[in-house]
Parts: sequence; structure tokens; C-alpha cells
Amino acid sequence: MRRPSPPLFLARSGYRRRRLHDAARLVPVFGAFLIFLPILWSPGETPEPDTARDGLYLFGVWAGLIGAAALLAPGLRRSTGPDAETELTPDPTSGDPN
Amino acid sequence: MPFNVLVLSCLIYVAFLFAVAFMAERRSSRGMQGFLRSPLIYTLSLSIYCTAWTFYGAVGYAARSGLEFVTIYLGPTLVFVGWWWVLRKLVRIGRQQRVTSIADLISARFGKSNFLGAIVTIIAVVASTPYIALQLQSVTLAFSVFASGTSEGWHLPDQAATGVWVAAGLALFTILFGTRNLDANEQHHGIVMAIAVEAVVKLVALLAVGIFVVWGLADGPADMMARIEASPLAEWDLQPGRWTGLIFLSAAAVICLPRMFQVMVVENADEAQLARASWAFPAYLFAMSLFIVPIAVVGLERLPAGANPDMFLLTLPLSEGQGGLAMLAFLGGFSSATSMVIVETIALATMLSNHVVMPVLLRLRPTSAKRGDLRWLVLLARRLCIGAVLALGYAYFRMSGGSEALAAIGLIAFAGMAQVLPAMLGGIYWRGATKTGAATGLIVGSVVWVYALFLPSFGPGAVMSVEVFAQGPFGLIWLRPQALFGVTGMDPLIHAVFWSLTLNTAAFLIGSLLTFPDPVERMQGAAFVNAFDDEPRTGPLGWTRGEAEPEALLIMAQRILGDEAALSFFEVEAAAQGKQGYLPDPTPDFVASLERRLAGAVGAATAHAMISQLFGRSTVTVEDLLAVANETAQIMEYSARLENQQEELSRNARQLRDVNEKLTQLSVQKDSFLAQISHELRTPMTSIRAFSEIMTDSDLTPAQLAAYGRIIHEEAIRLTRLLDDLLDLTVLENGSVPLNLDVAHLGQMIDRALAASCHVRPGRSFDIQRNTGTEAVFLKTDADRLVQVFINLMSNARKYCDARDPVLRIVTRQKGGKVLIDFIDNGSGIPKDSQAVIFEKFARLSNDSPSGGAGLGLAICRELMANLGGTLTYLPGQRGAAFRITLPLRLEKPETAGAA
Repeated sequence: MRRPSPPLFLARSGYRRRRLHDAARLVPVFGAFLIFLPILWSPGETPEPDTARDGLYLFGVWAGLIGAAALLAPGLRRSTGPDAETELTPDPTSGDPN
Repeated sequence: MPFNVLVLSCLIYVAFLFAVAFMAERRSSRGMQGFLRSPLIYTLSLSIYCTAWTFYGAVGYAARSGLEFVTIYLGPTLVFVGWWWVLRKLVRIGRQQRVTSIADLISARFGKSNFLGAIVTIIAVVASTPYIALQLQSVTLAFSVFASGTSEGWHLPDQAATGVWVAAGLALFTILFGTRNLDANEQHHGIVMAIAVEAVVKLVALLAVGIFVVWGLADGPADMMARIEASPLAEWDLQPGRWTGLIFLSAAAVICLPRMFQVMVVENADEAQLARASWAFPAYLFAMSLFIVPIAVVGLERLPAGANPDMFLLTLPLSEGQGGLAMLAFLGGFSSATSMVIVETIALATMLSNHVVMPVLLRLRPTSAKRGDLRWLVLLARRLCIGAVLALGYAYFRMSGGSEALAAIGLIAFAGMAQVLPAMLGGIYWRGATKTGAATGLIVGSVVWVYALFLPSFGPGAVMSVEVFAQGPFGLIWLRPQALFGVTGMDPLIHAVFWSLTLNTAAFLIGSLLTFPDPVERMQGAAFVNAFDDEPRTGPLGWTRGEAEPEALLIMAQRILGDEAALSFFEVEAAAQGKQGYLPDPTPDFVASLERRLAGAVGAATAHAMISQLFGRSTVTVEDLLAVANETAQIMEYSARLENQQEELSRNARQLRDVNEKLTQLSVQKDSFLAQISHELRTPMTSIRAFSEIMTDSDLTPAQLAAYGRIIHEEAIRLTRLLDDLLDLTVLENGSVPLNLDVAHLGQMIDRALAASCHVRPGRSFDIQRNTGTEAVFLKTDADRLVQVFINLMSNARKYCDARDPVLRIVTRQKGGKVLIDFIDNGSGIPKDSQAVIFEKFARLSNDSPSGGAGLGLAICRELMANLGGTLTYLPGQRGAAFRITLPLRLEKPETAGAA
């Protein structure tokens, strides 16, 4: 009794789509890292006030995140639309037999 | 600015919003939803995240705590740019299950449990009431700012009266557009459109004030930077605990807040909207917070020390004499407050009516599920709930006196709703999450939240006594509300968030691990966690047993969906089943889809309960679930069997094709055999006939007569021999030849054959090479038949070997109970393409052969060898014609021989 197994390797377009999904998952991870980075700066130790520069940094990161999301969004929209082919592998969490 | 103008412009603005909402409703009812469902409107409607708290409060927050205010926006930004993780799944599930609210989502996931829905509803109401009060407060506060700051001498009407008017107006608007219809999917196009307009107004207002501050009051960005460095804000230090905690809290809130869930999941039309919002909504938040710090800094610089920083957005333009700008800012704040209250009350009213009012009603009067119009009942419940929620908010506003910092209340509401997060995320990613676990987690988390954050927020001595704050209840020092378990060094808010969510998650996980889910729960768990699978495998499972009259179902559906909607739904379903009319068969598929449709109106739990009442039994059992598993296994087995059968069929077909080909070949062979044999018989007959005709002439000499007679005789012999051969062959082919089995010496048999074949072309001297040593073998076989084969092979060699000095090698070997005898000559051999046909009947390689045999020799030999249990094959690659005989050392008599 054999079940057709999903293909092990994908064609170029499918491969790119997978990596696009990976990128979409990574954006918030990088974003969180950059946003939490100021915690390590210990601003209290420097004598001169740096609130303005902190603000510039945070707004810069913010704009970067928006830009990254805007770059990814069109590709992701295509692969999540109603006519897009379904994903070849289920979510890793869905294999849990109950 | 006269107060009347302010009120008038407010009224005009509200009338404009009514008009927008009305137009949108009309467009949508005409089916022109293109623009209404665009990603732009969706993104703008998400902006209800920015309430009056954001609008006014963020400036105050920045004035008090510097850059910390951005945490409230950074959390949602991370959630939205990471929409592929959570939001996508939430939206997909929301559409698949026709979720009507966050309480409905939790209730549907955990076995359509109304208990859980009610818990989430209560948490939401408790957490949102102060939040709604906050909005009312901000509007009245804004009114009072205009009153106190002017010199025209008009007096501010009673704050409470303003609050009542605002609350009543909002209730009216919400009831008009929020409970217009009991639409499936709970989508409210009019309200969403009005909110989108308000989103634009508040963004424009905030940007206008910001630009005025940066370029009007300060000299552009560079000057602004210098002012920020010089202001008290520059003293701000980032507190790691609050920074992390608030970002996490706001990220949780943007998913869990009832109003956010309403616009994000319930009002969502497709995932393309979400893709656009993933960057557009963070961009909106970015724009909203860009000028907060400049406004706070300039406000602190220019306004008197005692001024409320929460109102800088209004007081700053007013003090600079910019009445119009202040008016715009006021409208912006008004928009923020109203849009939030409208959506929040709709969400709460939906939850209250679906999870509290309707279940109680069905419990009290079970028959009402079967008769009476439920539609107006549900709508009435919603309307009453909207009124009740606003009344609660107003009551809280009156009670609290409305002087607290705005930001604090908002964060308390965030922390309250965040209690839903573990159950929600666990529910959509973990199939092991159970109803008991979720309920335990929710209850534990919200109790800790109430005890450690909500009650203390009223201040020491208000609800909790000062002693409890200092000593803990009953002197239990480790239970002090702001230092649970002896954890003291934490900010009170972060402390409460930390403990409530930690204990909540722990209770949820442990409760889930220790309990067993009921079947509906497991079914729903699979459907939620595997939301991206092509189609739910357990979809129609729910109503496999029990039965309901289609007519009863139709009556119930009409009472919830309305006559027309229900009829058209039933008609479509009937058509899908291939039936005419309005009554489809109550198949499990149909009932499940009807349940989903009803769930879009009254929530999963209520819809489930109502259909259950018609069916008169609970829906699924563990056996049903296992049966589905078995069914799946059976289907797979069945398909595997089909596959095997198909393989076998194609194998058979191939065999049949081969056999057919062989038969065709045999038919051709038979035809050519008949043609051949007629030809072979005809040649001697022709000469016999010719000579016998001549002999009938009388004038022949006796010598001639004798000569002709001899010719006739020879031809007759030839005919006889041919017929003998044919007969022989037939007998051999039938395998019915009698064998005289005896022990014989191989060498002697070869001697006999050599002697017998000498008369063929006796003129040629043949060099026979043989090894008599290896030939000294005794075989049990039919010696005469074997010798016949030898003679044939040797005669062939004598006849056809074209070498000048012909040599015949006879090589004998034994191999595994068999004897191999090779006859190899040194002639030119047999051409490769002829090797296949030499064993066929009448196969003669050349017609000019001197002996003119019939071409049956080798065919007979092969058949003889087959009868002797051996084979005769042509041995290629010996630089001459070579034949190999293989035969067993001991031939046992076949069973058939005895019977024959």
C-alpha cells in the first residue's frame, strides 16, 4: 500500500516560492532582533543625551521593516490567492497524529 | 471658537459619516463590493487599533516616558510584517469556519464549547469597559479643553452630559449600521467604510499638527532634533523589562483585542487584503507616530508646567491661535474615539448575544429553537447588548472620574485580552490543546490579571485596602498583588503581565496534557491545525447519525437567516445534490454546511446547539472518529487494491497480446507449411505422373521401360520417406513417441552413428576428432533415437561442410547430471540471420544442395531431443557450424508413457 510521496525536489519557480515564504517568516525575526538591540546599548552610561539618535535608529528600522514587507507582499499574495496551487508539504505542525 | 460651532461641526461630521456608511451599505446590497473589499479599505479599517488613546495619549505618553510609546506600535508592526506566521492562518480559519468573534474562534476550536465562549466574552467585556470609558473621557476632555481655553466666555456644559450625548449618539450609529442585518460572516460594509474615512481624518489631523509643529513652531527637522536633545525627554532611559514586555503585550493585543479581531479576521474578504496590509498597516502606524515626539517636546517647551500632556494635540494649536488646526485635531480625536467604540461594541455585542444571551435563552426555553422568529430576537439581543456595553462604559467613566493617564487604562485592557493568546495560539497550532486546558488557562490568567492589575489600578484603598497592597491578603506576604511570589523589583504592569501569562500558559499546557478531548473537539482541532490542507478530511462527519426533516431545518434557517437568504441557500444546496426545489436531502455534507452558515450568524456553539436540538442527539462519538480513520484506511487499501488489479490487468493484456502475436505467427507458419508440403509432395508426383504417362505409350524399348520404372520407384521411395518423416515429426511433436529406455555407452553410440553416416558423400575424407576418454559414459536413454540424431548431425556436416580439409570435432562433457555433446565442423557455418530458422520444418539454406533433402532433419532432431528430455541448439561463435546436444544422464520414464 503506497501513498504518493511529495516530490523531494522542486522546479525553479516552486523553489523560489518556498524561499519567499522563508523570507516572509524571517522578516519579523530580524525585526525583533533590531528592535530589541537598544536594550544592550545601556544609554545611561553615556553622558550626552541620545534620545534623538535612538529615535532615528528605531524609525529607521521601522521603515526598513515596512520596505521589506512591501517587497515581499506581491509575491506572497500570488502564492496565497484562491487560484494558487496548494502547498506541497503540509505545515510541520500538522503531521501530529491524534 | 464658539462652542456651538464646535458642536455643529461635530454634528456635520457625524452626518457625513452616516451618509458614507449608508452609501456603502447600499452599494454592497447591490452587489457592488469591488471598492469596499479593496485592500486599501481593509488597511484603513485596521487603523481602529489607533484609538483616542493613541491619538491624544501617545503625546502624553511620550512626554512622560520618552520613546517608550513606540512599543505600542512596534508590536503590531512585527505581527503584521510576520503575517505569514499567525495572521494568515487566523484569517484562513476565520473564513473556513465563518468565525464571528474571538470568543467564537475559541469556542469553535474547543469543541464548539459555549462555556469557553462565555469566558472569553466576560474577559473581553471586563477588559473593554474601561477602554470604552477612556474613549468617552477623551471626547469630553477634548470638549472641555475648547471650553476652558477660550475667552469668549461660554461655559462648558456638564461633562457627564457630554458623555451621555456621545454614548447615545454612538449607540444609535452602531445599532443602525451594526445590526442592520444578521448577515452571514458578520460583515458590516457601512461601518467598515465609515471607519476607513475616519482613519484618513485622524491621520491627516495628526500629520497636520505634526507638520505645523516641526516646520511652523520649530525650524525643520534639524532644529527639531536639537530641541529633542535639549528637552526633558532626552533624560529618558530605556527600561529593558518594560521595553520587551510592552512590545510583546501590544503584539498580543493586536491579535486578541475584540475590535481588531473583528476588522482583521471577521471583516476580511480574502488573503490578498492581508498581504497588502502587511506593510501598509505598519506604514500607517509609522506615520501616526512620526510626529508624536516633536509635538510632546514643543508642548513641554511652550505650554505652562501644569498643562495635561495628553491634550497637547489640542492645546498646542489653540495656544498658538490656530483654531482651524485645533478643530481638525479635535475631529481626528473624535474619529479615533468613535470608530473604536463602534467596532468594539459591535464585537462585544456579537459575543454577548451569541455566547451569553442566546444560550441562556435556548436553555430556558428549549422550544424556541423550533418555533418563533429568532431573527428579531438575535437582533434585539445585539441591540440591547450594544446599549448595555455603552452603558457600562459610561458608568465606568462616571465612576472613575476620568482623571487618570490615558495610557495606563489602554495597557490594562491589552493585558486583559492577552489572556486569550495562549488558548488561541495553542488552539491553531497544537492538536493536543483541550477544552479543559484552555478553560483552566483562561480562568487562571484572568484571575491573576484582575487581582494583580485590574483591581490595583483603581488605586490603593479604592477596591483593595492599603493593607492588602502592603501585607498581602490575610497577611500572606507572598500574595501581595504587585509582588506575587516575592517578585518585587518589577514594574507593576510587567509584573502582572508576566505572572498572568506565565500561569495562564502553564495551566493551559498542563490541563491539556492531563485531559482527553471529546470527539467534536478533536474534529475541530484537526480542522483548525490543518487549515491549509486542501480540504478538511473530517468535514461532514458531524451529522452522520440521527435524522432531521429538511423542512424543519429550512424553518429554522429561515428564522435565523431570513426567508429569502435561507430559501436561496437551500435551493443552491438542493441543486448541488441534483434535486429540484428547495428541500435538499439532509446529508451530513449539507447539514455541516448549513451549520457553518448558521454559525456565521449566531456563532458556532449556538448553531451547533440548535441543530443538535433538531437532531435530538449529540453529534459525534469516538467510534465515529475511529470509523473515519478506518474509512480512510479502507479507502487507501481499496485504492491500493485497485492499483494492483490494474497492474495485473495490464500484465494480462500484455500476455494476451503476445499470445495473439504467436497465434498469428503460427497461422502464417501453418499456411506456409501447407504450401511447402504440397510443393514437396508435388515434385515427385509430377515426375511419377510424367513417366507413367510415357510408359503407357506402347513404343518403348524394355531398357527404357526399366529405366523409367526405376525412376518412378525412386520417386515413390522419396515420397514414402517424406511422408514417413512427416509422420515421425507429428508423432514426435505430440510427445507420444514410445521410448525404449536402456543403458547405453555414449562412445559406442557415436561409433554407430559415424559408421552409418559414412555413406553420405562417401568420396570426402573427414577428419573426425574425438576424445574417447570423456565419451566413456553410460547413459540411460533411448539409444536408437539418440543415434538417429547423431547420424543426422554428422550427415549434415558431411553434406554442407565446405572446407577443403573438413574436420568434425565431437566434444563431450558432463555438467550437473547432464551430458553436453558438441558437433563442430570447420566450414563456413550458418549465417547469423539463418540460425533462427534452421530448426523450422522445410528450412533449407540452399536449394542447390546435392542431396535435396526435405528440410525436416533438424526439426525432427530437435523434437527427438525434446522427447529424450534434452535440447538441441545451435552453438554460435565456433568458426564453423556447431550444434550442442544436451541430455540428462538418466532419463526417467515419463508418467504418460506408461499410460499411453
